[in-house]
Amino acid sequence: MFGRPIIQLKGLGKEFKTANGPVLALKDINLDIEQGEIFGIIGISGAGKSTLVRCINLLELPTSGQVIFEGENLAALSVTRQRKARQSMGMIFQQFNLLAQRNVLRNVCFPLEIAGVPREAARERAMELLRLVGLDERAKAYPAQLSGGQKQRVAIARAIATNPKVLLCDEATSALDPNTTKSILELLKQINRNLGITVIVITHEMTVIEAICDRVAIIDQSQIAEVGKVSDIFSEPKSKIGRQLIMGDAVTNVKFDHSRKIRITFDGRSSTEPVIANMILASKVPLNIMYAATRDIGGTAVGQMIVQLPEDEIDANRAINYLKSAKVPFEEVSGDDV
Amino acid sequence: MTFSPQIIEMIKTGIWETLYMTFASSALSYLIGIPLGIILVVSDKDGIYPFPVLQKVLGLAINLLRSVPFMILLIMVLPLTRMIVGTTLGSKAVVPPLVIAASPYIARMVESSFKEVDAGVIEAAKSMGASTFQIIWKVLLPEAKPSLLVGAAISVTTILGYSAMAGFVGGGGLGTIAINYGYYRYQTDMMLVTVAILVIIVQIIQEVGMKLAKISDKRIR
Repeated sequence: MFGRPIIQLKGLGKEFKTANGPVLALKDINLDIEQGEIFGIIGISGAGKSTLVRCINLLELPTSGQVIFEGENLAALSVTRQRKARQSMGMIFQQFNLLAQRNVLRNVCFPLEIAGVPREAARERAMELLRLVGLDERAKAYPAQLSGGQKQRVAIARAIATNPKVLLCDEATSALDPNTTKSILELLKQINRNLGITVIVITHEMTVIEAICDRVAIIDQSQIAEVGKVSDIFSEPKSKIGRQLIMGDAVTNVKFDHSRKIRITFDGRSSTEPVIANMILASKVPLNIMYAATRDIGGTAVGQMIVQLPEDEIDANRAINYLKSAKVPFEEVSGDDV
Repeated sequence: MTFSPQIIEMIKTGIWETLYMTFASSALSYLIGIPLGIILVVSDKDGIYPFPVLQKVLGLAINLLRSVPFMILLIMVLPLTRMIVGTTLGSKAVVPPLVIAASPYIARMVESSFKEVDAGVIEAAKSMGASTFQIIWKVLLPEAKPSLLVGAAISVTTILGYSAMAGFVGGGGLGTIAINYGYYRYQTDMMLVTVAILVIIVQIIQEVGMKLAKISDKRIR
């Protein structure tokens, strides 16, 4: 499906020396990232994912193993050629990291200045990029005058200004609200498809992986727990951490053994209203459907359903409160009634 | 209280000499202090070009210079002063000791301004393949500009205060007038007038510095 590997990590390890002795941040990481794909790296905080992405462009020097970019071992290159290689890898950050004293246009010009592009050509290229990310009208604004989503768009324009082959995204949407996150992810996907830039996404949010990634590596306790196509890992996570990340903590820990049951009656609500799904989404509480008999009669739902609430008192109350606020008729039933 | 024309003339000369000492020393001190401040930040073990030995030695030298009381330094460097400006009297002769005292102070002020620059922004510049020099020139200096200007207002007023001490060695300026007339001859009115003028000059420098810092800062708006 994709081309040859553009980045290969071979036995990559990173050890930090701290006052309390050495800390192992990465251990024997082996990954092939293919040209043109969107590759996700997910893990909980402290798993080592930020260190991993910084090892790819040598912001952190690996203490063992190799980073091979387009067939060349980066660590073996001279400092000057390492800097050149970095210009082929754009990077965006959780905190955007724009230059606060430069306006939007000059922020996008910045990597071009570093690469030695003449002033006028740099400005033209920067305007073109600002049009691409939809911010050409804010070219003269300063970062402090922009919203978080706009700042990240400027950062993306800046990161791809030098026509890099790879874009590294370090928790790029973690400081943004869900809607802005969606639009930034769409922009990343668009850049990947239209410009053919390989994108590496570091995140702790499964939704980000789900939304745009082709393949994903799950990193846990400094090691790769599993790696594969997103669809495969989602349908059948093999590692414990994979299950935890995909199902979430809530599901794995919920007990239903001796908990309360309620009968929800459907007495003429619109059959298109997803009552149970809304209840689960709004209260963030899993439910166990024990019995259901509903029919769609001329567009209205008629019938009843018995669901079991989680044992946890607080979770159960959250679900009940949703039903009350949504004015869904229900009654609590004892175990024998069912 | 009225002053004779001669006295007024003398105060005018005093103001000129004070401003001359202050600004000449400030300019020279910044010429030395900014590079030293840059070295302090850049060569730090977590800096963009770690060189801890240099950083430690430089830091120690700066601390040593900063611990010598200015009055002592003023006398200690007399031979050097004679060598550089050819005299040990007058405003000109106060400039070398002022520069020697102020440069390490300014180096520390500059260092602290640079340390305020967001580490994330420096990391972003590195990720674009910026060289150490490009990071200093295109990131550290412009991003720290507002803070450097605030620091400059503080440093220049501090240097002004030091220059007034030069009065004890005949350095000229308002300090000399305050000491000769106010202190030795008990002419309180003369002392009050010169001190009042010094207060006004300090106010102006401080206000102008803060204004410039505010105008140049694009973070607030």
